[in-house]
Amino acid sequence: MIKVEHLSKHFGKVKAVDGISFDVKEHENLVLLGTSGCGKTTTLKMLNRLIEPTHGKIFINNKNILEQQPEILRRGIGYVLQNNGLFPHYTVGENIAIVPQLLNWDKKKIQHRVSELLEKLHLSKAYFNVYPNELSGGQQQRVGLARALVADPPVLLMDEPFGALDNVTKSKIHAEFKVLDELKKKTIIMVTHDVQEAFELGDRICLMDAGKIVQQGTPADLLFKPKNKFVEDFLKEQRLQLEFKAIKPPQPPEGGTLRLNGVVLSRDVSMWWVMEQFKFKGSESLSIYDDQDREIEKLGFEDLMSAFYQYKQQQTHE
Amino acid sequence: MNDQQQTLWDFMRQQSDKLATQTLEHIGLTFISLFLAVLVGLPLGILIARRRKLSGSVLGIAGILQTIPSIALLGFMIPLLGIGPKPAIVALLLYALLPIIRNTYTGITGVDAAVKEAAMAMGMSKWQILFKVELPLAMPVILAGIRTATVITVGVATLASYIAAGGLGEFIFGGISLNNTNMILAGAIPAALLAIIFDFLLSRVQKLNFKKIKAGTYALPVVIVLLASVYFIPSAYGSKLTAGFTPEFMGRQDGNLGLQSKYHLKIHTIVISDAVMYKAAYEKQLDVISGYSTDGRLKAYNLVVLKDDKNIFPPYFAAPIVREDALRKFPELEMTLNQLSGKINDTVMTELNYRTDYLHESPEKVAKDFLVSKNLWRPDRSGSDGIVRIGSKIFGEQYILANMYSMLIKGYTDYDVTTKTGLGGTKICFDALTNNQIDFYPEYTGTGFLVILQPSQQIINSVEGSKEKTYNYVKEEFEKRYQIKWLQPIGFNNAYALMMRQKQAAALNVKSITDLKNYLDKK
Repeated sequence: MIKVEHLSKHFGKVKAVDGISFDVKEHENLVLLGTSGCGKTTTLKMLNRLIEPTHGKIFINNKNILEQQPEILRRGIGYVLQNNGLFPHYTVGENIAIVPQLLNWDKKKIQHRVSELLEKLHLSKAYFNVYPNELSGGQQQRVGLARALVADPPVLLMDEPFGALDNVTKSKIHAEFKVLDELKKKTIIMVTHDVQEAFELGDRICLMDAGKIVQQGTPADLLFKPKNKFVEDFLKEQRLQLEFKAIKPPQPPEGGTLRLNGVVLSRDVSMWWVMEQFKFKGSESLSIYDDQDREIEKLGFEDLMSAFYQYKQQQTHE
Repeated sequence: MNDQQQTLWDFMRQQSDKLATQTLEHIGLTFISLFLAVLVGLPLGILIARRRKLSGSVLGIAGILQTIPSIALLGFMIPLLGIGPKPAIVALLLYALLPIIRNTYTGITGVDAAVKEAAMAMGMSKWQILFKVELPLAMPVILAGIRTATVITVGVATLASYIAAGGLGEFIFGGISLNNTNMILAGAIPAALLAIIFDFLLSRVQKLNFKKIKAGTYALPVVIVLLASVYFIPSAYGSKLTAGFTPEFMGRQDGNLGLQSKYHLKIHTIVISDAVMYKAAYEKQLDVISGYSTDGRLKAYNLVVLKDDKNIFPPYFAAPIVREDALRKFPELEMTLNQLSGKINDTVMTELNYRTDYLHESPEKVAKDFLVSKNLWRPDRSGSDGIVRIGSKIFGEQYILANMYSMLIKGYTDYDVTTKTGLGGTKICFDALTNNQIDFYPEYTGTGFLVILQPSQQIINSVEGSKEKTYNYVKEEFEKRYQIKWLQPIGFNNAYALMMRQKQAAALNVKSITDLKNYLDKK
């Protein structure tokens, strides 16, 4: 879906991004992870040409974006900023409707789409005519997300989208983010310096340093097969939590489901998430159903723990 | 105090026509300049916000323009644009420019970078970002700049009357020249009120939410253009010739008021400062001006004086005035001074003034050349029989006369001479004389009559502007009141006069003010 080849950006003598290449598959969520100044934001901004690359090529759907008119390109790519970048002189409704306006949608269609998004993002309809400064930080960030999603672009770029939020609000939005159906159909590239966030939201992670990609792979790859000391050190803190987040509970057979208290779960819930449910929701077991809707296994806390260690051993011995 | 207010009110009511015209002109002048300043300043501000490298030089130039004294700036405009509204508008525009450019620049560069990035990332074009994001968000700051510019312009526009562009400055500067407080206030109070009202209205506009009143955003320029256009209402006139009179002349009975009441002269008149009036006449910007009949510029610019055939301008014949005890102390003085009597007529005096004021010859040389040409000059006798002290006022003509008297006294008597030239004005000269600081100085009959004696209207009417009657009256009164003697007049009359370009006057066959009136009345 997105293909980046030998991409570089030089600011004078400084090589902010130095010849990186990566692919993002359709509907995948790729996280660009790294400390500040590693070139991750510059990389992101080259994808919608807010920054023009010095060298290299970028293809989205096999089209070279450097050959497209930037304004047209950008209207097809959602963009979420850390400081939301909402227009202070536009109401929430008008803010969300900016791209449809640029695309000349008719009024009814815009109205309908905006209301739909407000609802999906748990924003009251009363906010429609309210100005952004009257909203809380979390609400503003949701509006920013709605604005990026409104024209249903296949690609979504997010620059530290939850960076300005407090931890409580952040985990709440993380949870919403993971279940939002709109996002499931998107190819997302997200920039963050927060390792926990990267593990929680990313399908794959590119760990960057000094303008180069140090390692790219799934969270489990980075954890259990670190390429070098840098990767290892980067993930050292709260490693146990990361491991629980990177490892998934035993998977059901083809066509089967995971259920908790009878509720069907998404296939990619982490061990961490299930543990949290056990701890806070008072559940005691995770059930695995086959394609005939028969319960074939019931896993308690002990079972999950042994599955976790088994997985870890398997990874480190491979 | 109460009395003062009453009379101010009376004055304003009496002059309500003029007041209304001047106020409209003032508003018009302010808004034309402001409108043009916005038209120039806003794009410039946007440009330097885009190309920051230019900002230093553009803001620097606008800043330098701001520091030029307003009168000087108006002065610079005259050679380029002549007189009247054009140079005034350009000057006002230049003054209004800095706050508008600076605030536009500050406003636009101050827009949150995240908001601009978001706008760009959503696929807005540069122009869309400018009109939908940058300008609306910068608007309060830009309006603050326009507000500052408005107040500055209302203030500086009072100076426009110096170059005949009208406005409330006509009253203010007329009042200052005529020492008429009511007239000053009749100009100054409305000007101050205008500044306050516009500032208040713009402060309200600033608080409006531009999203909510989109129509209002478009209405504002329309309102400004409408206000600007009121300038042209008073200027709708029809007259073959244009007169330029000084603010002082406009308000005097022996000036424009007399022209209207005695001659019934109807001419399109603009008010202009003395400093640029003669030049403007020379450059055909004006046809008729009010000047002084022996001014050197009369010759420099080829102007001719129209005969005052109804005698509305009182005679200003020059003659030395001497304290009587000085005449007793220096018995030969009177005879010596009277040698100049009748020797210098208007044309000669104008020529002499021209030589000092325009050719920049020294008054001493001019005086000597004249005496030699009249066979009056004699070498210095280096006498030591007492010292005669000569005074003079602070302008060229008086310096020349003082020098002539000095040479005559040294050549014909054994007295020595000291001169105290450049005494500030009539009052200072006269006080020096009465307090025995000087022995004599040249004075004008009209000044002695109107300024020193300040007679009643009845007496003014009784002398009927006649040379002899005025001279006799001041001579008698000065002797009675101050023991000061008027010697024989020198001959020339430095009075108010209407002047025209020689060529034009000849072409129209206008020799007197009555001729002028008849010419204007012919359809």
